[in-house]
Amino acid sequence: MTTRNALELKGVKKNFGRAEIIRGLNLEVHEHERHVIIGPNGAGKSTMFNLISGRMKVSDGSIKLFGNDIHNLPAHKVNRMGLSRSFQVTNLFQNMTVMENLRCSLLWSEGHKYAFWKSVMGQQAVTDRAYELAERLNLTEQAEIPASLLTYAQQRSLEIGCTVASGAKVILLDEPTAGMSRTEANDVIQLIQRMTGENTLVVVEHDLSVVFELADRISVLVYGEIIATGTPEEIRNNAAVQEAYLGTEVH
Amino acid sequence: MATNTAAGSTNLLKLWPWVVVPLVAIVLPFLFDSGHAINLLSHMGVAIIFALSYNMLLGNTGLLSFGHAVYYGLGAYVAMHLLRSINDAGGEGLPIELLPLVGAGAGLFFGIIFGTFSVRRAGVVFAMITLGLGALVHSSSLMFTDFFGGEAGLFGYRDEAPSLFGVDYAPSRNVYFLVVAWAMIAAILIYLLKKTPLGWMANAVRDNPERAQFVGYDPTIVRFIQFALSAMFAGLAGGLFVITDEIVNDEAVNALTSGAVLLGTYIGGIGYFIGPIVGGTLVTFLESSLSAYTEAWVLYFGLMFIAIVMFAPMGLVGIVHTQYLNWKAGGWKGNTGARLYILLTGLVGIFGLVCVIELAYHYFRSWDPSAPFALMGVTVDATNALPWLVSFGIAIIGFGLMLFHGNPMLKRKLGAKSDGGKA
Repeated sequence: MTTRNALELKGVKKNFGRAEIIRGLNLEVHEHERHVIIGPNGAGKSTMFNLISGRMKVSDGSIKLFGNDIHNLPAHKVNRMGLSRSFQVTNLFQNMTVMENLRCSLLWSEGHKYAFWKSVMGQQAVTDRAYELAERLNLTEQAEIPASLLTYAQQRSLEIGCTVASGAKVILLDEPTAGMSRTEANDVIQLIQRMTGENTLVVVEHDLSVVFELADRISVLVYGEIIATGTPEEIRNNAAVQEAYLGTEVH
Repeated sequence: MATNTAAGSTNLLKLWPWVVVPLVAIVLPFLFDSGHAINLLSHMGVAIIFALSYNMLLGNTGLLSFGHAVYYGLGAYVAMHLLRSINDAGGEGLPIELLPLVGAGAGLFFGIIFGTFSVRRAGVVFAMITLGLGALVHSSSLMFTDFFGGEAGLFGYRDEAPSLFGVDYAPSRNVYFLVVAWAMIAAILIYLLKKTPLGWMANAVRDNPERAQFVGYDPTIVRFIQFALSAMFAGLAGGLFVITDEIVNDEAVNALTSGAVLLGTYIGGIGYFIGPIVGGTLVTFLESSLSAYTEAWVLYFGLMFIAIVMFAPMGLVGIVHTQYLNWKAGGWKGNTGARLYILLTGLVGIFGLVCVIELAYHYFRSWDPSAPFALMGVTVDATNALPWLVSFGIAIIGFGLMLFHGNPMLKRKLGAKSDGGKA
């Protein structure tokens, strides 16, 4: 495994008016690792994801994806450079079926761009990939069902599938198991491990049992700053983390 | 809804509308062979192309435009200028059959220009920009008389131009067949466009622009291409209009034309490919026929639009389609009578309402309210209480039975199932 950095944040700041939400963020995510971000509510985890994925502009600092600057690029350009994300609230094409969602997610990465001279259904490569993904997501039986009619857990897995389908090398997952029962959460964790083998994964997660199961490394975000990064074992034994987060955790 | 659902099965049987509709279109002018009827049919064909192009924005991309007539009208003006230059050259130049292509080119040109700054945002911002552009172009049409011909408009002669196939386009029936041919070409192209990556992503951008971004698409570019292509087909309709009417004036670019295509498309049903076809046809028919019977036709038109928006947002085609699905699934078993009863009482109520409106129109608009006038074939006096009482009575009984007798009856019959009923 190389130690190349997939994602690198240097001195990233974000303020909304005078409120400084992210106060000088430094983070290195190695290629092929599963990196989990934890932190108390309001620490800025979601804001950090919004900054990385191009949904928000950074006030200061730089974000690099495989060595290329991506801060302040629009979201679709960030995506084309190899980064995709899921959201805290499920974010799908609700009126489309599972297969249609997957096809739409595959179109750009399969190189079809804005073509208006060829049929989508005629693209065998897209169809094959979509069926393969549906199978890996355990959604083959639901293939022709509109996304809005899936169960919550199925919608979350479809969203992860769409994220992977868009051809991204780095995938950000924002609380993938939020609002799920224990068994559903376990299914999703297995799915994440299955789907993201080759990719680099950055996950925001609240559920500490999920965190320690999933993570290669953990970063702790408190009040807009990373106070510690390390293996699960190191984080568990880190005094500053225990004081700032684990000790005072309200969950 | 119901957009990409026809999953690629190239079942030839499913293509039957593409054969039946043109056959009917070709037969129609022999059944209705008056000059007026054939002109009306031609206008319907133009309206269908225009409405289909409008639905590329509203239905497929979720862009509500209040100024689509801009591209229709500018297409028409440019085509008219070319027709005039052909006329001036003594009938030498571009064959008349290809004139709509000139309109399409003009539509595309202006679509690209105006599209660059109007599609950045969907929703209210887009709607406001189109409204402004519509007003801008309409007022220009009255200011720049060299190009737009002022209030009188511009004339040209379709039979003083060469024809590809040696057809004489003086008889309006021949023009009608040309309209049918172009309408078929446009409908097929617009239909196929929905099947392409662009068409799919237009739906995706409509449903969730953010997700579209995170699979690599720039929503602005998707909207822009759809907008420009839609303007192109609107221009094609405008070019065809030049051939059918041989005159273009500011009406072609004004807000009424923009409004009519919006109403027609919506009434037909924006979620269905045939929605705008039904809507465009219906609106053209009502505009020309209803206006011969009653002064209040615009009012009826507005009431119908409001009723559709409130009670059947999927449009007329949507009503038929949901009822058809329901019927096929056996949802009509044992309650067909109740459904027909609701329909019938509803129609009685509408009849009564129409009588009231006609009476009111006569009473308030006529020089002499007491002058006898024909209401539904009966000569009545609007200053008399009796016709009012009868009309109100019919309306109240009709709607009353529908709402307080028919609806509960259907609900009872459906039992626990609360779906279905009059949409």
